[in-house]
Amino acid sequence: MFEIVNREEMAQGTIVLNEIDAPRIARKAKPGQFVILQANEKGERIPLTMADVDPEKGTITIIYMIVGKSTKVFGSMQVGENYYAVIGPLGKATHIEKRGKVVCVGGGTGIAVLHPITRALKEAGNEVTTILGSRNKDLLILEDKMTSASHHLHICTDDGSRGHHGFVTDVLKDILAKEKIDLVVAIGPVPMMKFVSMITKEKGVETLVSLNPIMVDGTGMCGGCRVSVGGTTKFACVDGPEFDGHAVDYDELSKRLTAYQADEKISLEECKQNI
Amino acid sequence: MVEKKAKKEQTPRSKMPEQAPEVRNKNFLEVPLGLTPEMAMTEASRCLQCKKPACVEGCPVSVDIPGFIARIADGDFNGAAVKLWERNALPAVCGRVCPQEIQCEGLCILGKKGDSVAIGYLERFAADFARENGTAELPKVAEKTGKKVAVIGSGPSGLTVAGDLIVKGHDVTIFEAFHQTGGVLVYGIPEFRLPKSIVASEVATLEKLGVNIETNSVVGATVTIDELFEEGYDAVYVGVGAGLPRFMNLPGENFIGVFSANEYLTRTNLMKAYRFPEYDTPVARGKNVVVLGAGNVAMDAARTAMRLGAESVKVVYRRSRAEMPARAEELHHAEEEGIEFILLTNPTRFFGDENGRLTGMECLKMELGEPDASGRRRPVAVAGSEYTIECDLVVVSVGAQPNPLLTNATPDITLNRWGNIEADPATGKTTKKGVWAGGDIVTGMATVILAMGAGREAADSIHDYLTLGW
Ligand SMILES: Cc1cc2nc3c(=O)[nH]c(=O)nc-3n(C[C@H](O)[C@H](O)[C@H](O)COP(=O)(O)OP(=O)(O)OC[C@H]3O[C@@H](n4cnc5c(N)ncnc54)[C@H](O)[C@@H]3O)c2cc1C
Ligand SMILES: Cc1cc2nc3c(=O)[nH]c(=O)nc-3n(C[C@H](O)[C@H](O)[C@H](O)COP(=O)(O)OP(=O)(O)OC[C@H]3O[C@@H](n4cnc5c(N)ncnc54)[C@H](O)[C@@H]3O)c2cc1C
Ligand code: SF4
Ligand code: SF4
Ligand code: FES
Ligand SMILES: [Mg+2]
Repeated sequence: MFEIVNREEMAQGTIVLNEIDAPRIARKAKPGQFVILQANEKGERIPLTMADVDPEKGTITIIYMIVGKSTKVFGSMQVGENYYAVIGPLGKATHIEKRGKVVCVGGGTGIAVLHPITRALKEAGNEVTTILGSRNKDLLILEDKMTSASHHLHICTDDGSRGHHGFVTDVLKDILAKEKIDLVVAIGPVPMMKFVSMITKEKGVETLVSLNPIMVDGTGMCGGCRVSVGGTTKFACVDGPEFDGHAVDYDELSKRLTAYQADEKISLEECKQNI
Repeated sequence: MVEKKAKKEQTPRSKMPEQAPEVRNKNFLEVPLGLTPEMAMTEASRCLQCKKPACVEGCPVSVDIPGFIARIADGDFNGAAVKLWERNALPAVCGRVCPQEIQCEGLCILGKKGDSVAIGYLERFAADFARENGTAELPKVAEKTGKKVAVIGSGPSGLTVAGDLIVKGHDVTIFEAFHQTGGVLVYGIPEFRLPKSIVASEVATLEKLGVNIETNSVVGATVTIDELFEEGYDAVYVGVGAGLPRFMNLPGENFIGVFSANEYLTRTNLMKAYRFPEYDTPVARGKNVVVLGAGNVAMDAARTAMRLGAESVKVVYRRSRAEMPARAEELHHAEEEGIEFILLTNPTRFFGDENGRLTGMECLKMELGEPDASGRRRPVAVAGSEYTIECDLVVVSVGAQPNPLLTNATPDITLNRWGNIEADPATGKTTKKGVWAGGDIVTGMATVILAMGAGREAADSIHDYLTLGW
């Protein structure tokens, strides 16, 4: 049903790309939207953002980091194998319009999520500056694609093995000090989005972030994906996943992401033993 | 005759064999074990075969109750099942989950003086017999009409529409958002109350009759209703249920440990988290569990928590015992299994620790005041009665709302002010040409049998439309 037609490994095998046959979804998907996938009948429902779609070919592309049992199982699937379930497109699409000068900030696999948005913002006539961050040069993904999706590109690594030695926020601060920026889009680990939002809030620059709480159905029926935005509760799967970065309660999100940590460890251990 | 009647009244109502409470509250196997053929025949013989059967008045789909019971009394169990199917597509389900005490059994004449006939048990018996023995014949499918119908949602109402229309010769495709069919019957109602194999077998019958099923299709996202018309569908039935959870908007509601019943039950039932880690999806296992609400959903959550290993499970409800809306049998089973009812009590806020995990809940005592619009005495808070219940898991089961995902994508379907679809009560027609709706999406959360009844009326109306016109 949902056949893997292409598979690539990135970042020394820690990140995997799957191109999957899903014609109905490919026809409708827009930048910023996600799908929920299940590897097999016993599997979890895992949300992943679509990094690309090909409506003609009828395929969608996901790029994910192997972090636990489910992503490990995903990563072990080969071309020709099928996902048991792929559901989407889910969530609100990014509102793309001409704003002027836009800065896109991406970290980790957030870069994959950011790529279609960056490309669309450039196509909409914005002047796009991109800042990418990763732990070291080998873990950096999609550099080529992000280069062509942006006008200017900055790279930061924690260990200084490529580009700026330090955080994406350092580069962002420099840019905001020099130029008037109309919109910042930040997608990556929660702390990254939190600090980017703190900086842009001071400067009064509108900021969009994409949140990744724990999800089950992705259609608004479970409420597990609750996030606090501006003091009210939102369901990230239908009200988001993108929100006003200045209004998000990141600390609550970080805590909620630990809800099942003990069980996730059990799952991973059990799966390692079986491989 | 008088003598015969008196004898019937003396025969006591059959007792359903059940797993013992202290055994079953640790497993997910079905609680009632079903009547034996002998028990069923004895129970069936209690029915007076009333000329004007009051029981039928109490059944929302007018099952021919004396008719099917007479067949059981005669030992013709398949005949009983066939009789049931005339009015009810899912008797194995309804026999288990209908609130019989306020429907068919509530009006049974024998109930006036003693115990009503156990209509639900008998319905379940006949349907189980026919399914397990595979002896009942499939209905005959009429000659193909060449018309195509899309059914959105595979809950009891969608399944009924699909079954009725395939038999009438139309092509039917069910579009279901989840990876499995059955709606609340699979994601909400637990295995220990309704084995999933029963739902699967009903769906398999539909497939044998020729119904197509497209799971993983969220209509409104994956495909829209207008696109379905463009793909050649002639009519659409919307049976998407009332799937949106309601929270109480209390401070601390986002602490880890506060869940909607939908999430808690979906993880456990649909995703089979009770078999974690064999199945990958985890579910929170609380030590001290509180369930807010007192309907069927709340009882299911409370009894699930017990089975997942809780030390204590409390149902906290703001009204009194008499107003608890769950089926009588569920309340009874819950109490037997060790669940405490804390009545006339309302939560006011939740407490948590520095890691964002739930540690307790503040409650207020209530007393019953003047009757409200529903005629029930309204609970009023007793000032200064706040106290704390320690708990590490709260399941909020205070109702559900319609999910706007589909209706937002279909602006030409008129909604009422609660977001439910407006549909003609007699036919199920919506304000959009070629589109019908029924079940919880129209009525708000109701019952399985009402959702099926709405499906049947809509199927008749859709058939008229496909053969005669709108
Ligand atoms: C809308 C959305 C889009 C996402 N897009 C991407 C993407 O494009 N690429 C990518 O690498 N990751 C993405 N994620 C994160 C991804 O879903 C998690 O990494 C994945 O679920 C981990 O599952 P696991 O079983 O492998 O790991 P586990 O060990 O089970 O979990 C690791 C951590 O991931 C989080 N997590 C666990 N289960 C879920 C769940 N059901 N839903 C969400 N988070 C969960 C928890 O914080 C957990 O501690 C996205 C998340 C969301 C909500
Ligand atoms: C836990 C629980 C216990 C209950 N216990 C009882 C009981 O004991 N007795 C009783 O009579 N009633 C009970 N009820 C109520 C009863 O289950 C419902 O009234 C009934 O299931 C409604 O049927 P439905 O077909 O309208 O919708 P549902 O059963 O809700 O099915 C709707 C289906 O549509 C799907 N769907 C939703 N949106 C879309 C979309 N956009 N595209 C495609 N598919 C979609 C859903 O995934 C679901 O499968 C209970 C309900 C719950 C939640
Ligand atoms: S369908 Fe429900 S109400 Fe009707 S006879 Fe059967 S159990 Fe009773
Ligand atoms: S009312 Fe009771 S006794 Fe009379 S037909 Fe119905 S079930 Fe039988
Ligand atoms: S994932 Fe269930 S409501 Fe968002
Ligand atoms: Mg996992």
